[in-house]
Amino acid sequence: MAEPLLAVEGLVKRFGGLVATDHLSLDVREGELHALIGPNGAGKTTFIAQLMGELRPSEGAIRLSGVEIGRLGTAARVRMGLGRTFQIVQLLPDETALDNVALAVQVRHGHSFRFWRAARRDASLRDPARDYLAMAGLAARADVPVSALSHGEQKQLELAVALAGEPRLLLLDEPMAGLGPSESRQMQDLLAGLKGRIGMLLVEHDMETVFALADRISVLVHGRVIASGDAAAIQASPEVRVAYLGEGDV
Amino acid sequence: MSLVVEQLLNGVQFGAMLFLLAAGLTLIFGIMGIINLAHGSLFMVGAYAAALTASKTGSFALAVPAGLGAAACAGVAVELLVMRRLYARDHLDQVLATFGLILFFNEMTVILFGRQPLFVQLPAALNVSVPVAPGVLYPVYRLLLIGLGLAVAGGLYLLINRTRLGMLVRAGATNREMVRALGVDIRLIYTAVFGLGALLAGLAGLLSGPLTSVQVGMGERILILAFVVVVIGGVGSVRGAFFGAMIVGMVDTLLRAFLPGLLRNVMAGSEADALGAGLSSMGVYFLMAAVLLARPKGLFVAHG
Amino acid sequence: MDRSALQRGALGVDLRPGRALWLVAPVVLAALPFVADALGDASITTLATRIVILCIAAASLNLALGYGGMVSFGHAAFLGVGGYTVGMLYSHFVAGAPFLGFVPGTDQMLLTLPAAMIASGLAAAAIGALSLRTGGVQFIMITLAFAQMLFFLFVSLKAYGGDDGMIVRRRNALPFLDTRNDTTFYFVCLVLAAAWLGLLSRIVGSRFGLVLGGIRQSERRMAALGVPIYRYKLAAFVISGMGTGLAGALLGNFSRFVSPDMMHWTQSGELMIMVILGGVGTLMGPVLGAAALIGLETVLAGWTEHWQVVMGPLLVLIVLYLPRGLGSLVSRKAGGRHG
Repeated sequence: MAEPLLAVEGLVKRFGGLVATDHLSLDVREGELHALIGPNGAGKTTFIAQLMGELRPSEGAIRLSGVEIGRLGTAARVRMGLGRTFQIVQLLPDETALDNVALAVQVRHGHSFRFWRAARRDASLRDPARDYLAMAGLAARADVPVSALSHGEQKQLELAVALAGEPRLLLLDEPMAGLGPSESRQMQDLLAGLKGRIGMLLVEHDMETVFALADRISVLVHGRVIASGDAAAIQASPEVRVAYLGEGDV
Repeated sequence: MSLVVEQLLNGVQFGAMLFLLAAGLTLIFGIMGIINLAHGSLFMVGAYAAALTASKTGSFALAVPAGLGAAACAGVAVELLVMRRLYARDHLDQVLATFGLILFFNEMTVILFGRQPLFVQLPAALNVSVPVAPGVLYPVYRLLLIGLGLAVAGGLYLLINRTRLGMLVRAGATNREMVRALGVDIRLIYTAVFGLGALLAGLAGLLSGPLTSVQVGMGERILILAFVVVVIGGVGSVRGAFFGAMIVGMVDTLLRAFLPGLLRNVMAGSEADALGAGLSSMGVYFLMAAVLLARPKGLFVAHG
Repeated sequence: MDRSALQRGALGVDLRPGRALWLVAPVVLAALPFVADALGDASITTLATRIVILCIAAASLNLALGYGGMVSFGHAAFLGVGGYTVGMLYSHFVAGAPFLGFVPGTDQMLLTLPAAMIASGLAAAAIGALSLRTGGVQFIMITLAFAQMLFFLFVSLKAYGGDDGMIVRRRNALPFLDTRNDTTFYFVCLVLAAAWLGLLSRIVGSRFGLVLGGIRQSERRMAALGVPIYRYKLAAFVISGMGTGLAGALLGNFSRFVSPDMMHWTQSGELMIMVILGGVGTLMGPVLGAAALIGLETVLAGWTEHWQVVMGPLLVLIVLYLPRGLGSLVSRKAGGRHG
């Protein structure tokens, strides 16, 4: 049996007495879009932070293509093929869209302890950056400063920056949050286009998107996966109805 | 032995003094997010107002309200004219503006009162020593300072944890919008907190007058130590300021008292004194660096 | 569209804000000592030398503070280390006894300046390595604490003058040049300042500079891209310290005197003021700031003994009404801090 791209086993994160991640196990296969849903406070963002190495798990294993990465720093994990987007966009506000992506390309190219050549005119950084911008639907907005981009465009740029890192596994923290209907549609199409090429773990509240895109869905409640399966299985699961989907009906 | 007891008490007394300054700093820091380098100037204003009143009227009892009033007025004026516009700015702007205020206050003091240090006579009733342990006499004025420091610490604790103002202050630090939604004018709270900080700085200033000379620049020397206290204790935490002040006061006093003597055992007297003075001045900064490396946010982190 | 290549000059720097300055400044600076001679006022040259030297320090601090977002309140320490390197090497040269038993003293500027940069670079590496474990207000205060430690250390070193400082009887020598001539020394400082600022402008526009600017704007984003933040900040801090040390070495030569006062916290404050005054995170900002602060001090001091009583409120007014520094008067677009 082939190793999945990402395998998480028995992950636990405690903050003092609080258990934010409770023996969480989950995997993402190559090219798969695996959605992680759950009510607010279920521990989704904490989970992503542990995958990226921003938080140290208390227990458990995280393997990327069979290699244990749970003790590595963020930089090392990124070199091995992890990438993420943030729920609240983390962009460089003083720079243009193109500069943001070009910097991501630059970082992927290796260390930046190069002090002399002007980097802003480096075609080996600019040209690929334009391709990623185009991929995210922002080709026409390359020279616009981030602060002048709309919220939807910033979300797209967030994706372009992450893609520029050429991740094998992309962690998407609520890419739809705050988007209008047409922007949502566009983001959904973008993500659909990436399926099959890179593995994605999608944390999202927008159920329509999740059911439309996900190959598999896991439901996280109180730091534990209470159900996992395809869209139909999740919709049919009585536990999920009680713990999560049922919330709206009560 | 009696020397050790005396120096321990000196440490506590210096700690109490530092606490009066640091409490205001940490409140202003924690609640408004302001780095106020001019806090030392308020300390100086309190000291001068008290010293001048005492020398003009000969009454220490009049000097106390004069010092408190002058410092509080100066503090409120500074808040209304300058600080209020700096809350939304970054630390750099605050450092620059309050540095400008220091220049102003110091030079204004020189213009008004000259560079000659003033000395304050204690009233005879306070200028006595009492036995604190078998064979150890200790000045009653210093004991009074220790008592005042403890009283202020207790008062602040009650104010912050038991009163409506304290509740608003705590809420304002974490959630300005929420306080605004309660229909409270947050600006008024800020002015009040700043005034309170100034009052405490003035208290520290007027109390330190009889112990040290009152002169231009006295604020900055103690201000940096007060910042060390605030950072060691954890920015925004009054409890941290209290323990930080006690630790810094004790370490500084004991090093100064005993380090040159210890060094004299291994080197010549004058060199030992110079090196001892230098090393004991470095001591608190060394302590602060060590604390921050172990706990980057200080000993007590405010608001969880 | 203000980032387009059209507006960038040969150095890859946005020239537009101070375009006129870039063209006029070299001419004015080169002519200055001769103008001073013609006016019979030698103090103009010494004033200009001071400004040029402090430009180096302010621009170096700006790399850490403006481009890297590291608000150091302890840069005077590096100024002092640079100055004391010159002073100590000179005193060992005169005494003929090597420092620590194996470093021979020297009065050759070609040796003392690199030595000062290495010494201050090492100091910055040590202080930065520890301080960068904190951030925010704590960083400001821990850098201040380290500078105070060095201040008191030098105060207590009787062998090197202690509190009183030490006199460098003669300026360090350069081959073929007479550094004791104030005009010559001015040009030496000017060339070094131009070279250092040129280097900084390359660094700011290089890959390293972009990563540094990225870290200032969003540390989380840069970390998620896989950037080891700490190393880049530390490297910038060390470069910044080295430049400040160079300025300190020149300052020691200039005034032929070094003392713990070079490391006093008010000196750190003054360096910060120069940077903020001119415009944080701009190339010409610190230059403007250093010139403005020292020029203003001189003018006000000539006017009244109590010049600080004017200077203080002036600084407050500048903060309140020119939040992006004097550079924003020269150009509408200045300051990388707020975009």
